Amino acid sequence: MAIPRHVMAEIRYGFGLRPGAPTHDGAAALLASLDRTDPYLTVGGRADFATRATLVQDNKDARRARRKQEAGAEEMYKSSVSALRKTIAADIKWSVEAAMLSPQPFRERLVLFWSDHFSVSGPSLRERTMIPDMINGAIRSTVATSFPAMLRAVITHPAMLQYLDQSMSVGPNSEAGQAKKRGLNENLAREVLELHTLGVDAAYTQADVREFAELLTGMTFDADGFRFRPRMAEPGAETVLGTRYGRGKATLGTVEKALRDLALRPETAAHLAGKLITHFVGGPPNPGHLDQVASAYLENHGALMPVYAALLDHPAAWRGEFQKVKTPFEFIVAGFRAYGIPHKTLRQLEPRVLTRLVMRPMAAMGQPYLSASGPDGWSEDPADWITAPGLAERILWAQMMAARFGDGVEPAAFLARTLPGVASRALQRAVRRAETREDALALVLASPEFNRR
Amino acid sequence: MKDGSMTRRRLLGQTLLAGCSAAASPLLTPVTLASAPGDNRLVVIVLRGGMDGLDVVQPLGDPALTRLRPDFKLGEAGGAADLDGFFALHKAAGDLMPLWSAGELSFVHAVSTPYRGKRSHFDGQDFLENGGGDPDGTLTNGRDGWLNRMLSLVPSSRTDTAIAVGRHAPLILSGDNPVGAWSPEADLDISAQAELLLEQIYAEDPLFANAADTALELSAERDAPDMSPARAGKAEPLAAFAAERLNRDTRIAAFSIGGWDSHRRQMGVIERPLKELATALTTLKEKLGPNWQRTTVLAMTEFGRTVRQNGALGTDHGTGGAMVIAGGTLRAARVHGTWPGLGERALLNDRDLMPTNDLRRYAGWALRGLYGLSSVDIERVVFPGVDLGLDPKFLA
Repeated sequence: MAIPRHVMAEIRYGFGLRPGAPTHDGAAALLASLDRTDPYLTVGGRADFATRATLVQDNKDARRARRKQEAGAEEMYKSSVSALRKTIAADIKWSVEAAMLSPQPFRERLVLFWSDHFSVSGPSLRERTMIPDMINGAIRSTVATSFPAMLRAVITHPAMLQYLDQSMSVGPNSEAGQAKKRGLNENLAREVLELHTLGVDAAYTQADVREFAELLTGMTFDADGFRFRPRMAEPGAETVLGTRYGRGKATLGTVEKALRDLALRPETAAHLAGKLITHFVGGPPNPGHLDQVASAYLENHGALMPVYAALLDHPAAWRGEFQKVKTPFEFIVAGFRAYGIPHKTLRQLEPRVLTRLVMRPMAAMGQPYLSASGPDGWSEDPADWITAPGLAERILWAQMMAARFGDGVEPAAFLARTLPGVASRALQRAVRRAETREDALALVLASPEFNRR
Repeated sequence: MKDGSMTRRRLLGQTLLAGCSAAASPLLTPVTLASAPGDNRLVVIVLRGGMDGLDVVQPLGDPALTRLRPDFKLGEAGGAADLDGFFALHKAAGDLMPLWSAGELSFVHAVSTPYRGKRSHFDGQDFLENGGGDPDGTLTNGRDGWLNRMLSLVPSSRTDTAIAVGRHAPLILSGDNPVGAWSPEADLDISAQAELLLEQIYAEDPLFANAADTALELSAERDAPDMSPARAGKAEPLAAFAAERLNRDTRIAAFSIGGWDSHRRQMGVIERPLKELATALTTLKEKLGPNWQRTTVLAMTEFGRTVRQNGALGTDHGTGGAMVIAGGTLRAARVHGTWPGLGERALLNDRDLMPTNDLRRYAGWALRGLYGLSSVDIERVVFPGVDLGLDPKFLA
């Protein structure tokens, strides 16, 4: 089956075809899209860090007041919870909109990829509220610049410091540690080495984790954002992977130096190259492809544009068989695109409908919004998504979309424009034979061809 | 073999492995086993995130505990219930005391997998579910789950002999043998024709074909639509659903309870997952009815946690921990295992509870007791490299 290159570009590196939207006819066009300004970097109307921090603080205060059974506290608490919910609902609407409508879908896929690489999730509304600020402020802003810059921005973001307990970690011999008998927390240090940079197969030890954790002390945040507090930082030098960092007084500069060194290690290059290929193309990566991407990373000191060029400039990147399946979020966005749902309709969706069309189905398909089960993010294995219950939910969602948006849509034409050169004969035949138009449309989104990429 | 007395069983196993490939060995192939799955049920609960065994089953009799965890509310102060004069059960698991009194609950303390690597959750969980024996955490060649490998030793296994419950198919049941997977929340309601067409469009793609097959079959069979989606992800519907299947043809079920990673303010964090675990066990007992008498539940975690509280009133990734065993098949309520002590020299790397037992030993003895698997098969196929040792005698 020969899949046209512009179709492959949209399916594998974007969110599928959308009637009337321009396509990209190969690697050069995808890369060129990243050179243009990101229209979603500055779209207004989103809550900024200060607003989010205030909402979170209000919620904490209201909770405390409620616990003390103060007058009016119950009301205050309810309204603060509803404000948090509204913010998160606006965030998900905004994410769907950017993915569905951006003229640079490859950028949106990269933002998702790196957000997952630096996965932060929250069991509580308060924690989830801060995450979109990290995605926009630390990842979207650096996604086409360099990995060391992204790493620094992410690791110093309050959402990450909170999620991996860094803000609670105190150098045992620091001023604060001595005064309050508080101590170290290894969580962020371990995950930076294991997940964000070197990868778990690299040759680091528990001692490196410990020393790196000592090095990271002092990184914390307040209502204004990131703060380095020397009072909490472990004094003296720390040795991580054989390099000694700092002497005497602890500084943020030392932490930044260590992060940069970790970012530029060959193990990190190989780890990131492997993850990029596995995510976009499938795993295990072709060794030549892996080398090419890792070398581009090292030769360009972590600059990301050459890395993406190396990712796309390989026969494996365009090979016909679809090894991966769309994650639930990608699947839902691709469904919206297939129906060509206009901007206005999305903007006007009521919260209740947004819940039914996006939030609940994402959770039921196994990907609750901003709630990955751990800092390793979502699975890259198709078998983890296409489980019996996972696929059942995709079928149910395909039926729901057909019922809601299928009026006047002709199934054969819908199939032809959504999966040109991709739909198998079996799928074409099944769409013709379905009992109702709705059943036929549902088959298209439920098909393996639509779910794979 | 310290004492030089090699048992015949071990000798046979080693000779065979030296002489021919494991797959060709007659001792390791399913046909040599006579027993069918029978009526015994096994439920394995994977406790993800690293359950702190020292907090769940508190060794109050060890004088070092309060020194290591001065700010934790332990024992009576925290509402823990005395088990045997030495150990006490955390308050949040209080609903389990009736099971303890009935002799249907036991623990094994100071156990771990052989994993001694980087204390990574993800490697640790993969390793726990894979059942291998390499301390670095390298998985066995098949990279499959031990419950799945075990199925090849039980003749006449059908797709629904073993079932993974929940939204994600866990590694523990993944592998060459067919298993079911289902979540109590996804029921399809579609016409026969649509079902037929779905089968046709999935026919060429095995991943989709298998998932759809189970989804359609189980949707058709379901008769207890009493689980509301509002409880999604909680243990009660998972346990209730597992019980419903176990009351039919399913004999083995696995699901997960997460949320154990208590790096900060452990006193608050551990309550939710521990309550869920308690609810899962009491729900299984209630819904299994008379079948509870033939059921064994094993709840296990990827690693224990550091013995000292950390700077944030939590604990970090450790090694030795506790395993929970429940069911009507137990001999008596007991805390099994060898207690290593919490004294400074007793710790592993001066930070972790020293594991004195391989938790695979206990799982292995459960498989032997419930399904009559041979020790050789357990030590070679299910848990490569485990030394089953003497029968810990936790089953009646």
